[in-house]
Amino acid sequence: MKGWLLHHKQASSQALRRLAGTPLNTLLGALVLGIALALPAAGEMLLANFLRLAQRVAAKPQISVFMALDAAKVEVAEIESLLRKHPQTREVRLVQREDTLKRFKESEGLAEVLESLPRNPFPDAFVVVPRDESPAGLEAMRADFAKYRRVEHVQLDSAWVKKLDALLRLARLAVTLLAAVLGVALVAVTFNTIRLQILTQQEEIEVSRLLGATDAFIRRPFYYFGALQGLAGGLVAWSTVLIATLLLRGPVADLAALYGIEFALHILPLADSVVLFGLAALLGWAGAWLSLTRHLRN
Amino acid sequence: MIHFDQVGKRFPGGIAALADLTFTVESGEMVILSGHSGAGKSTLLKLIPAIERPTQGSVVVNGQNVAALKRAAVPYLRRNLGMIFQDQKLLYDRSAFDNVALPLAIAGVAVRDAGRRVRAALDKVGLLDREKAMPVALSGGEQQRLAIARAVVARPAILIADEPTAHLDDDTARDIAAMFHAFNQVGVTVLVATHHEALFAPYMTRRITLSHGRLLP
Repeated sequence: MKGWLLHHKQASSQALRRLAGTPLNTLLGALVLGIALALPAAGEMLLANFLRLAQRVAAKPQISVFMALDAAKVEVAEIESLLRKHPQTREVRLVQREDTLKRFKESEGLAEVLESLPRNPFPDAFVVVPRDESPAGLEAMRADFAKYRRVEHVQLDSAWVKKLDALLRLARLAVTLLAAVLGVALVAVTFNTIRLQILTQQEEIEVSRLLGATDAFIRRPFYYFGALQGLAGGLVAWSTVLIATLLLRGPVADLAALYGIEFALHILPLADSVVLFGLAALLGWAGAWLSLTRHLRN
Repeated sequence: MIHFDQVGKRFPGGIAALADLTFTVESGEMVILSGHSGAGKSTLLKLIPAIERPTQGSVVVNGQNVAALKRAAVPYLRRNLGMIFQDQKLLYDRSAFDNVALPLAIAGVAVRDAGRRVRAALDKVGLLDREKAMPVALSGGEQQRLAIARAVVARPAILIADEPTAHLDDDTARDIAAMFHAFNQVGVTVLVATHHEALFAPYMTRRITLSHGRLLP
């Protein structure tokens, strides 16, 4: 156990020495990886902000329940209590047909038309605010309400929820694809860096083998090298996104203010940052593994 | 300690480098392996740390048949051998100290113990005051002594050297020969391939001679 720890300490400090020994190469490598990773990281940052904005700005989804025109007041009251008892209901508001008629009569142009009608064309209606705002949840409620007696029509104001949901899913997919493609690039860059490392360390590898070094001993510093370079790339990406966020914050707030929205751009969330660093290190390690497996046989 | 039994080595292409070798180097013994250049001395030595594998027969080192050793077990065999290579194989991008420290790092010796042992090994070959020097700054004889220090730092029971006095002037070569004798005196089994047998004559060592890949009687 002690020997194992010692070996890892030696390997990591050797990798650090190699990185520090060629500062320009290290910097350029970190920049290449960092810029590649900055794209999906920036996408993730924008997505997180968009989600935050969408949750705040968008009106709550509603369900409109229209009674039959000839429904009696007793029946309407009965439905109201049913709606209130539904487990997914947050709020119920009754819009009486008389009120609706009055409201429309107040508007120019419609008053005469309504005056000419023999009777009130509007039904009693309810506006229900649901607890569960997911498209599936809304759909389930619509189906439930439609089964109630004397309910003529249930309208789901969820079209926009679906659109927003689809848009967010598309954006999420785009960010994921971008991350996957650039992740492959990171592995490829590390693969090549490690290949060059192996070439320059050829002599040391050979001598170490002759002196009784195991494969693990020889490979370890390269794993650390790949992971550390990936991590450095992650750091560059993270800083790039941070700087971009801070630079954009003012202009975005100004733009939002024009639409009457108070909004400040947030930096990459902590969980996403951790994932970014973890993935960068992991992909660097994977690139090193591929390169070692390909170039270190014999 | 080292036992060759009917060992043959044939390289791809059909050239028989070694044939029908049978001999033993006893524990604590010092043996000189002589022969003309191209006789197969280097090939023979390379069979002991499994750098090359025999195509026939068995090579037993410390009770282990090296010819049948698994790849993963080879490093542990090599850690018990001190090897001095014809081309020294020093690492020119690190100091004398770091060159000698490498076998200890490989064996996982703690840094503090390693420093003490590296200095003891450098002291034994008379290079203690050159520990910070890079190998290029050392003379040919000093480089050879550095290679010896690296071979003995892990205190191996067996020391194998391939032409350790090549390219050295007579005085330096005599020093090196005396050094091997001194290691043998403290119980290390020594096998030296050389065509300067005369250097080792004062120590009355046993000599085996290779000619065209076969032992001369």
